[in-house]
Amino acid sequence: MKTKLLQGIAAVALAASAGTAQAEDVIGFELNGETPIVVETDAPAHLDGALSTIRSGWTFRDPATQAMEMDDFDNPGMLAVEDAMVAWETAEGSEGKSCMDCHGAAEDMAGVKPVYPKYVESAGEVRTLQMQMNDCRENRMGAEPWKYDATEAVSMEALLSSVSRGMPVNVAIDGPGAETWEMGKELYYTRTGQLDLSCANCHEDNYDNLIRADHLSQGQVNGFPTYRLKNTKLNGIHSRFKGCVRDTRAETFSAGSPEFVALEMYVASRGNGLSVEGPSVRN
Amino acid sequence: MATGVKPRVKAPKSASAGEVVTIKTLISHPMESGQRKDSDGNTIPRSIINRFTCELNGNMVVDVTLEPAISTNPYLEFEAKVDEAGEFKFTWYDDDGSVYEDAKPIEIA
Repeated sequence: MKTKLLQGIAAVALAASAGTAQAEDVIGFELNGETPIVVETDAPAHLDGALSTIRSGWTFRDPATQAMEMDDFDNPGMLAVEDAMVAWETAEGSEGKSCMDCHGAAEDMAGVKPVYPKYVESAGEVRTLQMQMNDCRENRMGAEPWKYDATEAVSMEALLSSVSRGMPVNVAIDGPGAETWEMGKELYYTRTGQLDLSCANCHEDNYDNLIRADHLSQGQVNGFPTYRLKNTKLNGIHSRFKGCVRDTRAETFSAGSPEFVALEMYVASRGNGLSVEGPSVRN
Repeated sequence: MATGVKPRVKAPKSASAGEVVTIKTLISHPMESGQRKDSDGNTIPRSIINRFTCELNGNMVVDVTLEPAISTNPYLEFEAKVDEAGEFKFTWYDDDGSVYEDAKPIEIA
């Protein structure tokens, strides 16, 4: 009941500042009692015919789990953000540079997370935030790259995400990255595994229905990296994809593979308009 | 010896006289139970926070005994009745003898 009430308050507060939001009946909550987070809004145009409303995974969770995310002190994912903050300021590699030496304060990176994955001109490919971080580590710092979805990498992604919380996800689907986006879309609708399921079968056709004892979400990734109560650590998007694909009883792609990069780009674009929430708290 | 130990406290800055306030505390700590073995089969020695106290102006608010089954990064939330302005003093006692402290002032609004 408490959360319902809070949601109500948040909705009123958001309506008062409707200048920034496009939909009139914005539904959300206030993070730490100050940052508005949109958890339900109109679907982006490219989802025409598939979904009319997009909902953050937060809306599918029970009030206790929701409350954990609403306050940074209660959010265990913020411990990883603190670790990453130390890493941000620590010089590493042969160049003796830290992230901070080039980028300044971590807070100055606000606005970076919402647009990733994106086409990086200099690299000539679509990159996720973790790929871009490793590019920095290898070429600017002279440090070892992090393994994809390794603890350090996911924590750093959580730090970059945390400073962008409240900003709308805004992944470009046209331009030079369009080809990768199309590939991601195809993967999304391709059935895999012995169970012969595509992403869409669960997350588009059956969201809000029960899968065993749990509510199926829309599979939005605006809340990643996600602290899962199930394994009590931060989880990267690709690791989550692996879990899903495995559950269809298929051989999975590996984290950081071109297939998952494309899929991440497509799935992220399905959440265009939702707020960045990472590090979020989920089951 | 536990590393990376950092206490955190969230308490209101002010309260009205007689008000009951909620205080949240968390200390990052591995809370090694002493029951686990490493890859060579040797027991990993117990290393936990075994006691936590909170005092308001010298009066004990809570005094908690923590046991090995309590998970990593113990989080404690409790209530305190504030009659006058002063300072909350928080103390965590580690198995290795370390004592971690934090303090939060509170005003009467």
